[in-house]
Amino acid sequence: MNKQTSQTPLVELRNMSIAFGGVRAVDDVSIDLYPGEVVGLLGHNGAGKSTLIKMLSGAYGADSGEIRINGEKATINNPRDARRYNIETIYQTLALADNLDAASNLFLGRELTSGMGFVDDDAMEAETRKIMNRLNPNFQKFAEPVSALSGGQRQSVAIARAVYFDARILIMDEPTAALGPHETQMVSELIQKLKADGIGIFLISHDIHDVMELCDRASVMKNGKLVDTVDVKDVTDDELLSMIILGKKPGEDAA
Amino acid sequence: MKTFVTKLGIDLRLLGMIGALVALCVMFDLITGGRFLTPRNLFNLSVQTASVGIMATGMVFVIVTRNIDLSVGSLLGFIGMTVGALQVHVLPDILGLGHWSIWIFAAVAATLMGMIIGAAQGWVIGYLTVPAFIVTLGGLLVYRGAMWWVTEGQTVAPLDPTFRLLGGGADGTLGETLSWGFGLVASLAAMALILMSRRRKSTHGFKVKPVWAEAILVALAVGLIMAYVWTMNSYTIAKGALPRIAEARGIEMTDGLVLNHGVAIPVIILLIVTIGMTIISTRTRFGRYVYATGGNPEAAELSGINTRMLTVKVFALMGALTGISAVVASARLGAVDVGLGTLDELRVIAAAVIGGTALAGGFGTIYGAVIGALIMQTLQSGMASVGVDAPLQSIVVGLVLVFAVWVDIVYRRKTGV
Repeated sequence: MNKQTSQTPLVELRNMSIAFGGVRAVDDVSIDLYPGEVVGLLGHNGAGKSTLIKMLSGAYGADSGEIRINGEKATINNPRDARRYNIETIYQTLALADNLDAASNLFLGRELTSGMGFVDDDAMEAETRKIMNRLNPNFQKFAEPVSALSGGQRQSVAIARAVYFDARILIMDEPTAALGPHETQMVSELIQKLKADGIGIFLISHDIHDVMELCDRASVMKNGKLVDTVDVKDVTDDELLSMIILGKKPGEDAA
Repeated sequence: MKTFVTKLGIDLRLLGMIGALVALCVMFDLITGGRFLTPRNLFNLSVQTASVGIMATGMVFVIVTRNIDLSVGSLLGFIGMTVGALQVHVLPDILGLGHWSIWIFAAVAATLMGMIIGAAQGWVIGYLTVPAFIVTLGGLLVYRGAMWWVTEGQTVAPLDPTFRLLGGGADGTLGETLSWGFGLVASLAAMALILMSRRRKSTHGFKVKPVWAEAILVALAVGLIMAYVWTMNSYTIAKGALPRIAEARGIEMTDGLVLNHGVAIPVIILLIVTIGMTIISTRTRFGRYVYATGGNPEAAELSGINTRMLTVKVFALMGALTGISAVVASARLGAVDVGLGTLDELRVIAAAVIGGTALAGGFGTIYGAVIGALIMQTLQSGMASVGVDAPLQSIVVGLVLVFAVWVDIVYRRKTGV
């Protein structure tokens, strides 16, 4: 393999399984993530990628399996637990409360408070202005509810929320699905920067080109099972594609 | 005009509601030939608004979190009857008839009882996931029935004299001097709030309103408070009640003595509840989570908010406020019969909705609901004083409710929120 073998993985997902009403949505899947690495999760709709990742982000509790963070067993029962391990998630739906403004969304569940325990909207807006200045300098709509924002602006609020709180493990579920070319470029640059800071990133995507460009390794899922995890530089687009469609490992004949 | 209003920082919805309220008052005053905008009528109007207004502030949270509470009217009756029986049949035996602390036990019991029943409903809604509509519809029937059981349907009277002060009337006011004092304190508080908000904003380097705009706001707030106090202090007490009130206020009874009512205690209670609920909704985490959950329950959950527990808290709060309203409503009447609170749930929901609370969840303000309650009450007493008969009153109130919500929908569409 490569340098990663000498390090402790940031995240180890071991034999993760979950079923919904008899359907095994994720079936005995194991994946590792190292610091400063981007691992792509590929597969059709319903392959189980989002479900797998929701067990890490605390949205679902696993039926069986083990999550280890920095080599130690982690208990993640809800999103608050995940945040305690510095796991931040950018959901495909963005998970924004449309009726609240950018600052309230960014700090939702982790509001800044004044000495008397009251939420300090002005301080939160000031912090939001700072981080947005860095991520998306064009962003100006701080007073409006996020329902009044464009798709790209909403995405940047969701990204700012993950980045602001010093994520060590970042989960991005289809981060570029709703974006134009300019904003997609912004997201790729951000991923490169976070990687350089030693953050581990799970990138869920069904766009092979995104994965080939941004990821170090790719894990392919089909029908809830892991097909294989490969180094992106060792495979071609077509090999990845046949893993997704046929569930076939590279160099192996179709079943 | 529009830029003038935006510079003031008052939102158009608030302006529209106040405009509607003023228009109603002026209209009824013209039709009745000046009998509507009198100190006496405004005193009664504000006292009658208190009970529904207090509950409407809680209903805002309930509706904002995409729930509904149909049980508040029956719960108010049940609590009123229980607390009535407590102070008439139970406490006098323990403490002695007319003991000074009876009203405190009664008021605290009412609030606690509401909170516990509300929390229980909230638990069924949040944790057992039975829809709020069904749980509280069941509650509507259960509490009305339970109310009958408390005294086998008998009316409880007379309530404790001190307790009855909480309902207003000639005795239940602050009196003239205290009313002016109250006006002064309220004015200073309003001024302090406006100045503090301005200072906070400028320390972060945000744009603040021009000084003249803040000055107008302060002048408006102080003017409104003082005008109300002055009006209440112009409502003279009737000759028959004069000796009693003079004695209660410690004034020597003379032939030429003229005493005025002053601000009624239930209005003070409504004001305190309104301020408290506004602080909760805008300045606490709990309030923030109420709105976030209403806007997007899934996002709230993913942000680590325990939305089930939040539902329990919201309904517990609604119940506690219903308990306070039960105190005000029963104290005002001086007696509790089995009809107390009937149809109040609809008045409360209507007040919240007329005040701009969206049934789809996520939007609604406390001040809006209180103004909504005031509009409803104005409409009803106005029609009564004009001589509109009861069936037509119902028809008009029903139509106004639908009309108000339609206007709100159009407004939202135009402003894109």
